[in-house]
Amino acid sequence: MTTSKHRSFREPSLLTKILLQLAAIGILITVLFPIIWVFSVSLSPLNLIRPDGLNLIPKDATLEAYLKVIDRPTSNPVSFFELAFNSLKIAGGTALASVSLGVLAAYPLSRLAFKGRTFIMLVILGVLMLPAVATLAPLFVTLNGIKLNLPILGAFNLRNSQLGVGIAIVSGSLPFAIWNLKGYLDTIPRELEEAAAVDGASQARIFRSIVLPLALPAIAVTGFLGFISGWTEFYYSWMFLTQPRDFTLAMALSAMTGTYASAIPWPLVSAFSIMLTLPPAIVYLLSQRFITGGLAVGSVKG
Amino acid sequence: MSIFTRVSRRSLTPYMFIAPAMIVMAIVTIYPLIFQFWMSFTNYGLANLRQGAPAPDWVGLENYVKILTSELSIPNYSFLRLFLYNIFWALSNVTIHIILGVAIALLLNHPGLKLKRLYRALYVLPVLIPPIVVATTWRNMFNQDAGAVNMLLAMVGQLFHIPPETFKLDWLRQVEDPISFIPLPLSYYAMLIANIWLGWPLNAVVATGALQAIPKDLYEAAEIDGAGKWASFKTITLTYLRPAMVPFAIYGFVVTFNLFSLAYFMSAGGPFGRTELLVTQAYRLVNERQLYAVGAAFAVVLFVILLTISLITNRISKATARYDDF
Repeated sequence: MTTSKHRSFREPSLLTKILLQLAAIGILITVLFPIIWVFSVSLSPLNLIRPDGLNLIPKDATLEAYLKVIDRPTSNPVSFFELAFNSLKIAGGTALASVSLGVLAAYPLSRLAFKGRTFIMLVILGVLMLPAVATLAPLFVTLNGIKLNLPILGAFNLRNSQLGVGIAIVSGSLPFAIWNLKGYLDTIPRELEEAAAVDGASQARIFRSIVLPLALPAIAVTGFLGFISGWTEFYYSWMFLTQPRDFTLAMALSAMTGTYASAIPWPLVSAFSIMLTLPPAIVYLLSQRFITGGLAVGSVKG
Repeated sequence: MSIFTRVSRRSLTPYMFIAPAMIVMAIVTIYPLIFQFWMSFTNYGLANLRQGAPAPDWVGLENYVKILTSELSIPNYSFLRLFLYNIFWALSNVTIHIILGVAIALLLNHPGLKLKRLYRALYVLPVLIPPIVVATTWRNMFNQDAGAVNMLLAMVGQLFHIPPETFKLDWLRQVEDPISFIPLPLSYYAMLIANIWLGWPLNAVVATGALQAIPKDLYEAAEIDGAGKWASFKTITLTYLRPAMVPFAIYGFVVTFNLFSLAYFMSAGGPFGRTELLVTQAYRLVNERQLYAVGAAFAVVLFVILLTISLITNRISKATARYDDF
């Protein structure tokens, strides 16, 4: 009897261990298969429009697809880096705008009692439920009616510009940033702020010197999430932008795989997909510890 | 005592903090939503878009009636089919995600498995890939002639002397249903496979976290009390998994319900719009058909559906909130 009590906590049998290892490797193969396939196809020569078999390293492996992507991935006269710069502008600008406005709004929503607080929270929660597609028509119509004439940029239709796409993205990313940052601020202990208030510090001072430094992980996470969604944003840019010099990476990838893309070599599409994926993936892996820390704390309700 | 810092009743401080965000939100979020509501009662179309074009006519509930009675003059549109498919799509995906996620988390938590950390790190790779890349890659993988899936099936089939021509499946466009008594096209199964690949890893991460929080002595106590493996799995493991998995399942349901990328880029809604989701239909109404007013009304309908779903799921998550409330 005494031996059976501890049986299941003893070292598992060799057969069990082998079966577990086989299962884990089998799962790993299914996870890696599409990723390895894309890498393998991206190394094929460009004259191979479609792959002719499953090879880990294709015949006549070459990097010419990558060179072509860097030089001119689509039929439009734009390079990868011009497309990437457009995506970077949209992603960086919208992430910065929504996080900086968001943290300012999150502070009173988390800490201060004021009239209208509950109403504002309900409005934000309601807006958060809507997918981005749901405000496409009014944003398109409204922005299309606005003609701007700015000093450096010249005259343009706000709808047909990266600024317009950025505005449309912020309409969804700002409520998300406020909500996420408020959730994080709720978990930060208030003792420090209360002590500072007793010492006579103003709300602005408390925000700047205490809350802002403590909220840095959540600010980084919210900014990163906003950047990622802006980097591959599709709905608005595809609908709004018509001039090739404004096009983004996601638009180019969509054009390379659509119904009318039967002549586009897959090595090119694969190399493009990899180059589109790498920047955010690398940033994520480098800051993984930081990010998971900010997310975990943000999700625990205090 | 209130948990909020008391500021003087007439203090403007909170409003100064919140004003910039509220002004921006009022212009770019709230105004478009109100404008959308107004648009949905008009016949706003391409003709009203030009500068100086006449204002659209008020048509009352016509757009809503047309949407709900499937009278829109676009091909393959049926509201009821769209709605039911969308619900089924989300439910079937999330069910499989949860089961696979928990099963794989149990595997990763087993004391006999070596290299746990390596597997954990590699299993979450799909999450790092942007949705548009996932969707376009799987679209190519399911290609009839050059796709990796058919090639793989043919390779495996050869081992059993099945001729490779058997596996020339037109995954994303085949019109006939693969299983005659289940009214789902082959592209549904292709998208299901792609979304399982994409969806289970995060479920496994959440389940692993919950599994590691279970006190080990509970299992010992259960065994001393004579409980078998299945009984202790049911009473201990599942009880502890529930508070973590139920909210995540609800989150997964909403995300999958609105999953634009696969339906738009992989199958393009095909064949005959049968794998279209509400969100992709909403996008096509505005982007491809330029039916701005109908698109606005469709978005309002979508909002009501999502509101209903979140009210229902709210009750579910409250009912299953914490294990110590039982």
